[in-house]
Amino acid sequence: MSIKQKTLDLKQRMQNALQGGGAKAIEKQVAMGKMTARERIVSLLDPNSFHEYDLFVEHAAKDFDMDKKHLPGDGVITGTGTISGFPVCIYAQDFTVAGGSLGLMHARKIGKIMDHAMKLKIPIIGINDSGGARIQEGVNSLAGYGEIFYRNTQASGVIPQISVILGPCAGGAVYSPALTDFVFVVDKISKMFITGPEVIRSVLGEEISMEELGGARVHSEISGNAHFFSESEAECFQKIKKLISYIPWSNKRKAAPFPKKAPKTKQYRIENIIPTDPREPYDVRDVIKSISDDSEFFEVQELYAANMVVGFGRLNGQTVGFVANQPLILAGVLDVDSSDKAARFIRFCDAFNIPLVTLVDLPGYLPGIDQEHSGVIRHGAKILYSYSEATVPKLTIILRKAYGGGYIAMCSRHLKADFVFAWPTAEIAVMGPEGAANIIFRHEIMNSPNPEETRHRKVEEYKKKFANPYVAAAHGYIDAVIEPSESRRFLLHALEISAEKDEKGPEKKHGVPPF
Amino acid sequence: MKKRKGEQKNMISLVVDDVVYTTRSNKMHSLRKPYKPINANIIKSFMPGNIQKVFVRKGQNVKEGTELCVLEAMKMKNVILSPADGTIKRINIKEGDIVPKNHPLVELK
Repeated sequence: MSIKQKTLDLKQRMQNALQGGGAKAIEKQVAMGKMTARERIVSLLDPNSFHEYDLFVEHAAKDFDMDKKHLPGDGVITGTGTISGFPVCIYAQDFTVAGGSLGLMHARKIGKIMDHAMKLKIPIIGINDSGGARIQEGVNSLAGYGEIFYRNTQASGVIPQISVILGPCAGGAVYSPALTDFVFVVDKISKMFITGPEVIRSVLGEEISMEELGGARVHSEISGNAHFFSESEAECFQKIKKLISYIPWSNKRKAAPFPKKAPKTKQYRIENIIPTDPREPYDVRDVIKSISDDSEFFEVQELYAANMVVGFGRLNGQTVGFVANQPLILAGVLDVDSSDKAARFIRFCDAFNIPLVTLVDLPGYLPGIDQEHSGVIRHGAKILYSYSEATVPKLTIILRKAYGGGYIAMCSRHLKADFVFAWPTAEIAVMGPEGAANIIFRHEIMNSPNPEETRHRKVEEYKKKFANPYVAAAHGYIDAVIEPSESRRFLLHALEISAEKDEKGPEKKHGVPPF
Repeated sequence: MKKRKGEQKNMISLVVDDVVYTTRSNKMHSLRKPYKPINANIIKSFMPGNIQKVFVRKGQNVKEGTELCVLEAMKMKNVILSPADGTIKRINIKEGDIVPKNHPLVELK
């Protein structure tokens, strides 16, 4: 054959492989309201940046007539490309090829692209759309999953790992996304569960739809498995692009700097956001936006445990991770879910050299039997662990109340925050004034001729003396009491002088966090 | 700020350390179930499954270890034993029933 003929032959082979599962299967995929795997990659990556590898990989399974079946690319597309110029490794399971089922070669392709990502120290993005294990390949299919989980774990904290659930992701398959840093889901398209509706029906006799069991909303609001909820695949890809812009390629780097931009101070007036009465709610995201560059805040897990707000923003072009109590929801208390949410985010930031900015306004831990029984002790401990362990610059501003265990947990000086600032509205105390007065002056109140009046007087006395930042400042636990409008200036300076911070914990294999 | 008026709707009161906070609930908080004290006399299913056999009847005296029923779950036949001596006050199941987890099976007195 001449070169021309050989090139033609290559083109023909590629053409065949690029058909995926064929026209009929693609029609079905579209009818389900889904993009095809290749369309997804193309819409997510920069134009013409996608380079595909292993297009001609084929399975070698023999049992159950598998030797007669030809599965193009073995049901998964792998390659590299760029997102806004940042390099990424990517794979997308192709539901049109044998339902995107995972066989040995399918898994090997994923493993190979993950190995590339690790060697090249760039993020890996996995688009999941698969019916699960390829049953015909038996234990080889399980082996495939196991090797992916192992790689996910090895890569954790080294390169950012992003999972996108754009179809079913069931059974063992869910554990790869669960091991990655961020999980994106899309309404009515994503479905994640260990045991599906059919098993539940046969074991329990209970009817539940896939959507109610493991739809995008469930994982965004209830289980906390997902981090970003979108209405459409297009919106989901926009969010992934945004996330990529905020995070570094690997743990060896810092996030790419962006042009500096001032906050929109006309829209977000920092001195007018918080009510001085600590019992009144407000949206802490307005405070974040009054501080961050261009008033931009990219929230993570917006719908889950909303009493804690976490997400990315920039200060003078540099990415920071914001962690803030949300007085608007459950008064901003710490509870099982919000502790989990914050702890994981803190660890991500610490692993990837993203400084932490903590905004404090909370009454403490959420009281309740359900909380105690669901382990608020061990879950609450995670936030202490993550903050204490983190060595990135840790900057804290106490906006208003910081009571009791909540004060300690929210990146206090005692967990080795680098700088702790407090607004004049801050109340740093062992507990809320009412509770404290009721304990300290119990006898006095009980024995008084007018207990209610005495209680009120004692509460006011306590408030006057302790409901302020100056007691803590007198002990040196606060570095500076600052006007709200000075917050950004203080944070920028603190970040600037922390640029070379090089703190190392004691040598150990790894800690034993209260998982 | 501007949104404050609308926010007054859906507000709940949350008490922490005797202080009453005005705030909103979240999904998980609103889904939580009130606590019920554990009643040792009610024997519950420890996992979902189907009742393959019931060995006792109402009013029967049982001893600790008496076989009450067989709960078949995940292809395992689990014989449920009486945790104490007593009399069967009520049987909430019959053979062939499918029960969820923590379903009261038998009540003793």
